[in-house]
Amino acid sequence: MSEPARAREIVVALAGQPNVGKSTVFNLLTGLSQHVGNWPGKTVERKEGTLERDHVCVRVVDLPGSYALSANSEEERVARDFILRGQPDVVVMIADASALERSLYLLTELLVLPVPVVLGLNMMDLAESQGIELEPHVLEAALRVPVVPLVARRALGVSELLDAALRLARAPQDFSPVRPEIAEPHRAVLARVRALLAARVPPPYRAEWVALKLLEGDREIAALARTWLPAEAWQEIDALLRRHEDAVLDVAGGRYEWIGRMLRAAVKRPRLGQLTLTDRLDRIAVHPLWGMMLLLAVFALVFGATFLLGVPLQEWLNVAVVLPLRDALRAALADSPAWLMALIADGVLGGAGLVLTFLPILVVFFAALALLEETGYLARAAYVMDRFMHVLGLHGKSFLPLFLGFGCNVPAVMGARVIESRSGRLLTILLAPLVPCSARLAVLAFLVPVFFHAWALPVALAFVVANLVVLAAVGVVLNHTLFRGEHAAFIMELPLYRLPAAASIARFVGANTLAFLRKAGGLILAFAAIVWALGYFPGQGLEHSFLARFGRALAPLGSLLGLDWRMLVALLTSFVAKENAVATLGILYGAGAGGAGLTASLAAQVAPASALSFLAATMLFIPCAATVAVMRQETGSWRWTLFGVCILLVIALLAAILVYQGCRVLGFGLTHA
Amino acid sequence: MASRPLVSLLELPSGAKAVVRALAGGPEFAGRLTAMGVAAGAPLEVLQNRAHGPVLILVRGTRIALGRGEAAKVLVEAQ
Repeated sequence: MSEPARAREIVVALAGQPNVGKSTVFNLLTGLSQHVGNWPGKTVERKEGTLERDHVCVRVVDLPGSYALSANSEEERVARDFILRGQPDVVVMIADASALERSLYLLTELLVLPVPVVLGLNMMDLAESQGIELEPHVLEAALRVPVVPLVARRALGVSELLDAALRLARAPQDFSPVRPEIAEPHRAVLARVRALLAARVPPPYRAEWVALKLLEGDREIAALARTWLPAEAWQEIDALLRRHEDAVLDVAGGRYEWIGRMLRAAVKRPRLGQLTLTDRLDRIAVHPLWGMMLLLAVFALVFGATFLLGVPLQEWLNVAVVLPLRDALRAALADSPAWLMALIADGVLGGAGLVLTFLPILVVFFAALALLEETGYLARAAYVMDRFMHVLGLHGKSFLPLFLGFGCNVPAVMGARVIESRSGRLLTILLAPLVPCSARLAVLAFLVPVFFHAWALPVALAFVVANLVVLAAVGVVLNHTLFRGEHAAFIMELPLYRLPAAASIARFVGANTLAFLRKAGGLILAFAAIVWALGYFPGQGLEHSFLARFGRALAPLGSLLGLDWRMLVALLTSFVAKENAVATLGILYGAGAGGAGLTASLAAQVAPASALSFLAATMLFIPCAATVAVMRQETGSWRWTLFGVCILLVIALLAAILVYQGCRVLGFGLTHA
Repeated sequence: MASRPLVSLLELPSGAKAVVRALAGGPEFAGRLTAMGVAAGAPLEVLQNRAHGPVLILVRGTRIALGRGEAAKVLVEAQ
């Protein structure tokens, strides 16, 4: 890019607290030009987009939603680092007009940073419906900050907001806002800390701001300041800060007092005390009993919709896309060697087909998730479930993804992104594969009746319950070891109920589905193709493949588990898709084309104790390829992914050994029926 | 200045009104809460506080759910 072109680019940072409609503004501004990635070295999502206005290229960076600019959360650190180091030309802050006092807290933090700010007052309609009467131009005069009223959901005011931002970006010298000051009792301390910092604060930091953050007890800034100062200066500051540990409350109190003064003239009529829609709905939604019933009903509906709509669509995709494509590929490759045709038409296309089958489920699930989040209900569900999930170290919000795991673990892992804290998200992702998904339930439903006839139902139920007990146990153990002390405080805003906007739901579904295809799709395809190739080569069928040789090599381990090499191979092929376990058994136990032959030959060749062991291993075994791929996508780390896989591998093997050796001790089911 | 004794949020029944006076539990905890509106001097209403589960409060027009451990650290003056 040439220099003059760079000079004409204007960088706008979009800031705002959570639930103020910031994403809606961002989407309206940038449309399809959005680029979603991660902040360098962070797990926080980074969104940016570009637009052109009056022949100028405008780059809009969507900062993570944060209540303040302290080091309290990764989001807050990312936001303030970008404002300090990313050197945006202007910050556009979106505030919720219906909760203006709280929304403007972020403004008090922005105004002490060296960057011009434009304030967008969103949800003017909602404020009005609550009886709040606001005069934006009066607020503008009081703050000496450009203020633009918005109703972003109806795209009102966004163009004016952009104009105001660009005007300010071109003439930053005109920006001289009224800045909040610290409350009287701590003014002298602030001045002293500032004097001690003096000229030792390197850019882009400023002594005034650093002193303020130190007084607020900001650990990140304290660690930095320590490296800038000679020991004795730091010791004096440290002693001062210790004596004024209560300053954090005063700093905040001073900010709210300042906000109150700024708002006094602009708010013509405060909130009326009437019962709002939110109050009425919450009587049911957060009630301990009714709230729980509602939650179960809503989640059952989401579950039903996801799989009732998703599964037929899956089949349709298979019949309409995958099978014709395979026939076409076979026809096109008719002259090439048999192995090449099989590799492409079965191995690679099989993997691609697998990726494709997840799409309908994910689309419906993401739509449901967005709907629940947009309406404000998801926060209520988390509130109701928190007391139960708390025991496992999980957040109330973990319940929906885990619940969905009964259908498929892939959306369960991806759904964990609704949880804000990193430790809560990680724990949910690690536990999700322990929820028995529909594919494993199908294997269970097929195999249990073969061996346990009249006892089939209780045995199958026992397996499901065992999985959930293991999930709870692993949750408790991880929570007390690896994640000890990281249990994020349960502090959550319950936003007002709102009608969802179709466009933003569509955008959420589109972005997440694309992310799945881009980041996880290739990996799933690769896994599937590799396992296929191991089962195909060097030829002469599955019995003589590399996979079978590997299974035979594991025979000593297998005897401990009561599993012969064929069952080990079935377990290995279930890595691509859990339901493959049955198909592999079908091939290896020499069944005919139908399923009936398999049940007979399994009953004749496998002892019930071995079957129990096999089922225990299958139910707890490493997640399927698609789940592993999304675990990698969502954690952003191979280490965490492998850790999760290894835990499950160890648990599955231990459970199978326990079951089989237990049967041996009890003398149960060691002979064939 | 006849101020009433401070109690924790946990001790207030549903429907009670109070003013926040102090936040125990370190600057980070205090920082998070104050940024959401729960700062010293803020009037609040307890929307729901039962024997189990998080406490639900209304502060400055915002509904906030606090775990019981967190609610215990919010010291208020009942009105």
